[in-house]
Amino acid sequence: MKKRLLIVEPSEVIIEGLKAILEEQIRFKVLEPEMSAERVEERVLAARPDVLLINPTLVNNLSRLRADNSLAVVALVYQYVERDVLKQYDAVIDIRDSRAQVIETLSQALPSEVDSSTGSYELTKRETAVLVQLAQGKTNKEIADALNVSVHTVISHRKNITHKTGIKSVAGLTVYAMLNNLIDESSLL
Amino acid sequence: MKDIKSRLFSGDTRLSDLITAHPSLLTLLNRLGISLGFGDRSIDDVCEASGVNTDFFLLICNVYTFNNYVPSTAAILGTDMTRLVPYLEKSHRYYVDKRLPHIERHLDAIAQNLSGRIGQVFISFFQEYKAEVEDHFAHEERDVFPHIRALMSGERDTTYSIDKFIATHSDIEGKLDDLLNIVFKYLPPQVDDDNVMDVVYDILRLREDLKKHTFIEEKIMVPLVQHLEHAILS
Repeated sequence: MKKRLLIVEPSEVIIEGLKAILEEQIRFKVLEPEMSAERVEERVLAARPDVLLINPTLVNNLSRLRADNSLAVVALVYQYVERDVLKQYDAVIDIRDSRAQVIETLSQALPSEVDSSTGSYELTKRETAVLVQLAQGKTNKEIADALNVSVHTVISHRKNITHKTGIKSVAGLTVYAMLNNLIDESSLL
Repeated sequence: MKDIKSRLFSGDTRLSDLITAHPSLLTLLNRLGISLGFGDRSIDDVCEASGVNTDFFLLICNVYTFNNYVPSTAAILGTDMTRLVPYLEKSHRYYVDKRLPHIERHLDAIAQNLSGRIGQVFISFFQEYKAEVEDHFAHEERDVFPHIRALMSGERDTTYSIDKFIATHSDIEGKLDDLLNIVFKYLPPQVDDDNVMDVVYDILRLREDLKKHTFIEEKIMVPLVQHLEHAILS
C-alpha cells in the first residue's frame, strides 16, 4: 500500500521540486498539494493522508492536526525555526537536504507498523535507539529529549518495536535488548 | 449459539468420556474437588459422591471447552455457586504452587546456558512476573473472596464493592506472551534443548488456563456478586 502524502506549502517552486523527488518513489502517493494555511485541517480530514509534510510557519495548532493518531507530521523548513517548535514534529526536512535524505526522512517518519515495502521485521536504527534507551529505564519524555524527537514519535516507535518483537513490557524488552547484544551489562541499573 | 448449547455436556455423560474427548479438563478435576479413580461412573454420580454440584461442575467444564460460550446471567443465578470461591482459591494455589515453579525450574536450567548477567536478567524477568501474579491473587484473596463469602452467607457486607474489582482487574496472562516470544524466538541457538521445548508448552498451557480463569472471574463471578450486592442492599 502506497503511503498518502499531503504537502502543505505556499511556494509552487518548492511543491514542484518535492513532487519531482517523490513521484519516482513507489512508496508514496503524493496527494494534490495544499497551498493555503486556512484549509489544512479540512484537507487532512478529507484526504486522510498518512504523512503530512508542512511548513511549520503555517501551523497554529499541531495537536488539532494530530487528531488522527496515526498521522505522521513532518516539518518542512527553509529558514530558522525554533528547536522547541521542531521537537513537536515527527521529523524535519530542510529544503537543502539531498534527494536521498528527503526520502529517508519521510520513510523513517512513517507510522506503519511493519515496513510494508520490504515486509521487514528487523528493527530500524531509530527503533533500536529507542529500545536501548527504554532498556536503560528512560521515560518516553527522556527518550524524546535524548533523540531530539517528539514524544509522539517515541510512542510510535515503541508500537513498532512491540509489533515486530511481540514483546510489550519494558522488562521483556530489556531481556530482548540484552540477548541481542544491544545493551552492555554495565549500562543497566 | 444454539449449536454450542446442543454440544454442551450433561450430567449423564460418563466422566471418563468427557476427559477422553477433552484431556485438558483433567487439570480441573482436583481444583473442582474431584479425585481420580472415578471408574465408569457418570458425571452426576461422581459429583454427588464428591459433594460437588453437577451444574457448577458442568458450567466450569463448558467454559473451559467452548471458547465462545458465555453463560447467561440466568444460568449463573440458577446454579449453586457455593463452590466458586473455593474453586478460584484452589486455582490460585495450582498456578502459584505448581505451574509457576515448574516453569521456573525449566527457565533456571535455560539460564545456566546464558552468559552471566543475561541469565540473571532473564530469570529476574520471570521472578518479577511471578511476584505480580502473586500480588494479583493476594488482593483477590484478601478483599474479594471474603466479600463474596459474606454476601453468600447473607451478611450485609459493605466493606468492599465489586465495582472496585471491575475498575482495577487486569489480565495476568499478557506478560506470558513476552516470555513466550523471548524463549522461542530470541534465545541464542546454543540453548536449543529440551527445556526450551518443554517450557514453551508449559507457558502456552498456563496462558490458556489463566485466560479462562480471568473469564470465569469477569463473566461469572462479577455478575453473581453484582446480583448478591443488589439483592442484599436493596
